[in-house]
Amino acid sequence: MHEPYYDVVTIGGGPAGMAAALGAREAGADKVLILERDRELGGILQQCIHNGFGLRRFQAELTGPGYAHRYIEMVEKAGIDVWLDTTVLATAPGGAVSCVSPTGGPQTVRAGAVVYAMGCRERTRGAIRIPGSRPAGVFTAGAAQRMVNMEGYLPGHDVVIIGSGDIGLIMARRMTLEGARVRAVFEIMPYSNGLTRNIVQCLNDFSIPLYLSHSVVAVHGHDRVTGVTVAQVDSHFAPVPGTEFELPCDCVLLSVGLIPENELTRSAGIHMDSVTGGAVVDQFRQTSAQGFFAAGNVLHVHDLVDWVSREAETAGQSAARFAHGALGGTGGALAVSAGAGVRTVVPQRLVPPTGDEKSVRFYFRATQPLQPAILALHADDNVVWQRRLRVVKPSEMVVADIQVATLFQGAENLTFTISPATE
Amino acid sequence: MASEIHPILCIGCPSGCGGEVVVEDGKVTEMRGFTCDKGKAYAAEEVVAPRRMVTTTVRVRGGGLPLLPVVSEQPVPKDRVLDCVSQLRAVELTAPIAAGDVVVPDLLGLGIRFVASRSIGAAGEGYPL
Ligand code: SF4
Repeated sequence: MHEPYYDVVTIGGGPAGMAAALGAREAGADKVLILERDRELGGILQQCIHNGFGLRRFQAELTGPGYAHRYIEMVEKAGIDVWLDTTVLATAPGGAVSCVSPTGGPQTVRAGAVVYAMGCRERTRGAIRIPGSRPAGVFTAGAAQRMVNMEGYLPGHDVVIIGSGDIGLIMARRMTLEGARVRAVFEIMPYSNGLTRNIVQCLNDFSIPLYLSHSVVAVHGHDRVTGVTVAQVDSHFAPVPGTEFELPCDCVLLSVGLIPENELTRSAGIHMDSVTGGAVVDQFRQTSAQGFFAAGNVLHVHDLVDWVSREAETAGQSAARFAHGALGGTGGALAVSAGAGVRTVVPQRLVPPTGDEKSVRFYFRATQPLQPAILALHADDNVVWQRRLRVVKPSEMVVADIQVATLFQGAENLTFTISPATE
Repeated sequence: MASEIHPILCIGCPSGCGGEVVVEDGKVTEMRGFTCDKGKAYAAEEVVAPRRMVTTTVRVRGGGLPLLPVVSEQPVPKDRVLDCVSQLRAVELTAPIAAGDVVVPDLLGLGIRFVASRSIGAAGEGYPL
């Protein structure tokens, strides 16, 4: 059977897949293909109808669909092939991508290089173990967002939100605008997990209370949810006896985190980072499997789509270079580790620079809020670079560009730390 | 008249700077904590006449999708946001619609246009849905 060949294939047609495909075209790949399982490009952006996207990428404040629209137009102009309604089943060494679609049936595409760009999905009730019965009316915030913004259904009229992730905050406002009553948002951590701007414009604007260090300890209702019991939690997240109270509701939304969607990556035997939930990559976003790259939320959950696009562009350019034999494999790598105060760092490895790049961009998440803080790079035992940060929050990614000359000084271990700074 | 200090969290960008605006006799006399001009402009407006961008959906007939996301071209006075959304709930358009098309030229006499955030094609014709 004829197996079509593409220089670069991206798996996923959301912001990461589109930016990777464009990056690959820019870097000289002739034939580029996007495989997308949905009926259109754009991914999750199509249901994020609020604005605030693109400040960095386009110096404009766009809605999610608006941001997607700009990329879809660029993809069309760039002569990139797009297969919609196409689900990828497996990737094999050497670049064989097996997929299936209602019109094409099962087929295999040969790729010079592959970019994983499958994005992430929401953590569900099972993943955070909320006790109680299993009535209807409990949704992840993103599922509710799709219902309200794309399908035209309101999932409830009297709402309680568990978790202060950005999607939950955005949905608190969205449900209020659509006439629902949002009673409260409960966050188990002592700090919010959403962006400050979303606390202000989604909760404070509508007088929706945010309870920190609170957890839902029971969900009530038989056929439909009728209410929740909430309790304050101690520093070990155990409910404090005597602090329980009940709230009636007909809808519970969960916004308790996102998980990179890596079934394909894992079944390809690629080396994973257990903290990010994504692959271990080098500065070119190449995984432990030669010719397989990863970018965007499948690699680590971002809070800004602008950074997803930027990272994916790098991955796409690198994939094109690999397909043309201009980028080496994964050997000779230097490990980059997350030290004290750092929960995640990407990339986790550095391969010898190819000569064109002056700096490497790193993305971090902190383990705890600090104000102010010092981000430092230790090469073996010496601090070779540091930066003062005004505020650090676990919910907000820290980005830093570090000169190649600083990184490659012959050290065997590179470790980043985030520590409190004096005022 | 005594001076009032208003703590303001900026929503101008994801940095989320916190600051204070000092108002004396209804005039802003001092500002602390905002790290850029956009933030200073936001904070000054926020204490006297707060405004917000509005995004919602309107119904679409004959399209690949039943709803069109729309956005205000400028921020709307905060106390009119809910009115805007209820007005837009009554709007129904017919596909095809192109991103940027004007959905309502002047909502509630505020002098603010609402435009389509995306394109929606006629049903069954492929992209745009
Ligand atoms: S003051 Fe400027 S940098 Fe700070 S949040 Fe506002 S817009 Fe962003």
